[in-house]
Amino acid sequence: MSINEIQDQVIEDFSWYEDWTDKYEYIIDLGKTLEPLDEQFKKDENLIIGCQSKVWLHAYMDANVLKFNADSDAIITKGIIGLLIKVFSGHAPQEIADADLYFLDQIGLQEHLSPNRANGLVSMVKQIRTYGVAYSNLKS
Amino acid sequence: MHSTILTKQFDVQAIREDFPILKIKVHNKPLVYFDNAASTQKPQSVIDKITEVYTSQYANIHRGVHHLSQLGTGLYEETRKTVQNFIHAQSEKEIIYTKGTTDGINLLAYAWSAAYLKSGDEILITALEHHSNIIPWQLACQRHGAILKVVPVQDDGSILIEDVKKNLTEKTKLFAFTHVSNALGTINPIADFVEAAKSVGAHTLIDCAQSIQHIPVDVQAFGCDFLAFSGHKLYGPTGIGILYGKEKLLEEIPPFQGGGDMIKDVKFEKTSYNELPFKFEAGTPHITGAIALKQAIDYVQNIGIELIHAHEDEVLRYATTQILQIDGVRIIGQAPHKTSVLSFLIDGTHPYDIGVLLDQQGIAVRTGHHCAQPIMDQYCIPGTCRASFAVYNTLEEVDIFIAGLKKATKMLL
Ligand SMILES: Cc1ncc(COP(=O)(O)O)c(C=O)c1O
Repeated sequence: MSINEIQDQVIEDFSWYEDWTDKYEYIIDLGKTLEPLDEQFKKDENLIIGCQSKVWLHAYMDANVLKFNADSDAIITKGIIGLLIKVFSGHAPQEIADADLYFLDQIGLQEHLSPNRANGLVSMVKQIRTYGVAYSNLKS
Repeated sequence: MHSTILTKQFDVQAIREDFPILKIKVHNKPLVYFDNAASTQKPQSVIDKITEVYTSQYANIHRGVHHLSQLGTGLYEETRKTVQNFIHAQSEKEIIYTKGTTDGINLLAYAWSAAYLKSGDEILITALEHHSNIIPWQLACQRHGAILKVVPVQDDGSILIEDVKKNLTEKTKLFAFTHVSNALGTINPIADFVEAAKSVGAHTLIDCAQSIQHIPVDVQAFGCDFLAFSGHKLYGPTGIGILYGKEKLLEEIPPFQGGGDMIKDVKFEKTSYNELPFKFEAGTPHITGAIALKQAIDYVQNIGIELIHAHEDEVLRYATTQILQIDGVRIIGQAPHKTSVLSFLIDGTHPYDIGVLLDQQGIAVRTGHHCAQPIMDQYCIPGTCRASFAVYNTLEEVDIFIAGLKKATKMLL
């Protein structure tokens, strides 16, 4: 599936949730079940600092696609990371670099990407794109 | 004083009617606003005054001979008198308009330091300070080759007078400390701190950003040399604050910023400065904010700061007992004297997560380090959740908050 097809899928999934409790329970669950980031990658070079919660992001190439692993000390942040990884991980670097991120807006979670939240997610998205750009330049 | 408390009625429902924002809904739930330490909401009288000034009373001040300028200048100076009475200053000359607490402290960190701080001198602060009473002094010490010393804080969030005395030396030129901690709610024993500082000849600055709205502030009783606060935490507009300074000291301190309004006579060779307080008020100030600050102070004085304090104390005590019913709650800051701030953590949860889930229920709290990283470091925590109360908060809102917190905790654990 393309990045946009996955985003549309997530939007469709969320359309079933009737109230905020269901939505956040799902995100919290995603956070709890996110594939753990190996301790060796929880190092300062991978740390994205928001003043409220920390995010560690590890990126690596697997065959021709760019993959991401991440973790956070806050569980909701981690759940949203889970969504971002679902959307971004496993695509060609160029596709990641060019992607238009619209699903968070549509599922009503845009406030988590507002600079005011200071939770590391804004910088994480930037960092994901930077990896996309860097690896697509490397290839060409 | 007792009789005023008995005769005056405190009617929180009537007070709530004065704050239009309390009627809004957030995420379809009635707003519970418990982020008052960050900023307070505004009563209708303040909002109306801002509109009235821009609608019919506005012009630049201190400059024009025309009607509007005279009118505006009069109103602007009337607030200064109100502030003078409110904090019991001796003269209007001691009341300087600033942008806020941060601005006032920075003014002193430049201008006071230029007059009084030399290489090898010491400035004393406490480990409870907000960043805005730390960084200006770090910078001043760097500029002048002085040393910044810090009074430690006990685990319960209080400061021992012995620790203050231990850190004061004949080299201490200034002791700058907060009246109330924004992160923990601790009320410091102001008079004791000032007395200790005086005994070594140090000047004193009190950060009243978190006390002016809760506790009677009296510069004569405190005996302090300087004091700063912000209008926006006192139900007034943003962008306006007050720096109080003893007249004699303000006379000795050079101006901070140069510009219009602060001068008497300008020649390229030499400028002579305007008298106090205008010497420290360069440029066009926040005229409307200053004028409407009077409405905020009048509002507080009409209710009575003692009554406000008693009410907020009741809310804090109730919230404290209620929150302790929740499993795994840890209150950060349990000093014997506290006001209006309940900082806490819940085992196994991150403050950010709690803040997000409370917000979904219409409840506004602050999460994070509250611009007081050193005190968070002392507890080895990255931050807390903080509920902070004001005159319009109710016990029913505390119940909603506790229920919201239980729900959030259940979802997270
Ligand atoms: C104790 C304390 N000092 C200073 C400040 C800074 O106030 P302002 O941002 O209004 O300048 C605050 C504000 O949070 C505070 O709580």
